[in-house]
Amino acid sequence: MTRRIVVVSGGTSVPSSTRLLADRLSEAAAGALRDGGEDVLVDVIELRPLARPLADAVLTGFPSGDLAAAVEKVRRADALVVVSPVFQASYSGLFKLFFDVLEPGLLEGRPVLLGATAGTARHSLVLEHAMRPLFAHLKTIVVPTAVFAASGDFGDTTDGRLTERIDRAGAELAALVAGRPAVRPAARPAGLDGTGLELDESVPFDELLRQVGQVP
Amino acid sequence: MQFGIFTVGDVTEDPTTGRTPTEHERISNTVTIAKKADEVGLDVVAVGQHHNPPFVASSPTTTMAYIAAQTERIILSTSTTLITTTDPVRIAEDYATLQHLTEGRMDLMMGRGNTGPVYPWFGKDIREGVALAVENYALLHRLWREDVVNWEGRFRTPLQGFTATPRPLDGVPPFVWHGSIRTPEIAEQAAYYGDGFFANHIFWPAAHTEAMVSLYRRRFEHYGHGSADQAIVGLGGQVFMRKNSQDAVREFRPYFDNAPVYGHGPSLEDFTAQTPLTVGSPQQVIERTLGFREYVGDYQRQLFLMDHAGLPLKTVLEQLDILGEEVVPVLRKEFAALKPAHVPEAPTHAARVAALTDAEQAAQADLTGDDTIDDTVEAGR
Repeated sequence: MTRRIVVVSGGTSVPSSTRLLADRLSEAAAGALRDGGEDVLVDVIELRPLARPLADAVLTGFPSGDLAAAVEKVRRADALVVVSPVFQASYSGLFKLFFDVLEPGLLEGRPVLLGATAGTARHSLVLEHAMRPLFAHLKTIVVPTAVFAASGDFGDTTDGRLTERIDRAGAELAALVAGRPAVRPAARPAGLDGTGLELDESVPFDELLRQVGQVP
Repeated sequence: MQFGIFTVGDVTEDPTTGRTPTEHERISNTVTIAKKADEVGLDVVAVGQHHNPPFVASSPTTTMAYIAAQTERIILSTSTTLITTTDPVRIAEDYATLQHLTEGRMDLMMGRGNTGPVYPWFGKDIREGVALAVENYALLHRLWREDVVNWEGRFRTPLQGFTATPRPLDGVPPFVWHGSIRTPEIAEQAAYYGDGFFANHIFWPAAHTEAMVSLYRRRFEHYGHGSADQAIVGLGGQVFMRKNSQDAVREFRPYFDNAPVYGHGPSLEDFTAQTPLTVGSPQQVIERTLGFREYVGDYQRQLFLMDHAGLPLKTVLEQLDILGEEVVPVLRKEFAALKPAHVPEAPTHAARVAALTDAEQAAQADLTGDDTIDDTVEAGR
């Protein structure tokens, strides 16, 4: 069975340490899944090129163009790896915007691995105090190990043991995905070029009448 | 097919002059615009209902009656009548009165309203929006069809032995459209009753409208009102026109860039590509509008939003001249040529009275026929 891991990377510089961490996390998860005999596809969504469509979507209420395509990738994801830089003691505004424009319930029940980056380790609790509550609100299943990388972690192999944490988090995500059926998203109108999309039959009207106590 | 305009009745600053019309000016302008629409040969003018600034349109039937008294031909409608927060008894009375005053030259479009605080101001809860629309319309539907109503529901005080007066003109209730952008339950509701379904259409990609109309058509057929392509569909549209399309773009851009609904977001060019908004020559508007049919099928009513985003009265009146003289006559001809004979025309009071009379005569002629009884029910829908 092919599993899709979708990476959402909120880094704004190029190259970005956020993307670096995101790639290492998705590789760890994909590797663990492949060890268990699964096929894995990894798709990366970089938020920087989506900054303008994201602002538009907040104002118009619908995602357009490349953003609509990114939302469709998320819809079909078996698991997400989401990584944000720390801005002013929290995830970045750009990172939050992406989750703001997803329709309600889209991520419900989806396994998610959290990551964050910053200049120093003093911000590491952003993962627990900001990101974990956000993804709890979105009703995702967040793996126990969230991975924080300060700039120093990319060099220091004795203290932070970044690689060890990445591997543990990747294995946790893989274990969650392997125990679940593949995601089959419900059809619904979303994109710009969504011709042929069909709404599921709605609740029969007799039922809607009964819900307000009226006899059909 | 009917062509017309719809408005929400907003008071918005003209971004090119910084001037905001007074409420009095806006209300007077609404009447002037409606009379102009009648004069240039449009079929429908629809006014909004809102209960919060910057909107002035809180009392649609008052405005509609005033316009009707000064026009001869144009059908008065709403965009929309708030079925959630307005007492269905008051809707039954107000619109039936309007129906008598206008000799049937009216219909109405139900909408839920999406402004959270308006609900508690009327003792309701926006989270119950769909349930309110379902219950209130179920009551309204009966009030116009049953002389004496005994009724009990969740949201309103019960009625025992209640008669809504006046009774509908000629025994035919006003035709009802149900408007929605993306709530399948409302398409379902319109289909259940065999009422019209109006897709707002503007501000969103066409795929949403296509999916909603398709659902409504399938369910219309399911409930036995006719084949899917005989369902009664209306669409919104938004245009700005000048002889040269570059002039239209240049003049409309500041209004677009600052518009309350989508301003400060996507570019005019992006939004034109993503939604049915058309800014250009009359010919471009004709071609775009004819294209709507390709994804919703043959439909009965096309309304354009012409007077929003702070456009001055003079400009709106010029737009109506172009619409009435250059665009609608061509659209009328082209749509009529494309429409198969079995697809019904847009409903009018006269046609619905005639259908009811025919059905009654058929019932007289053949009292034993089950089919004719069904026809009577159908005509009275």
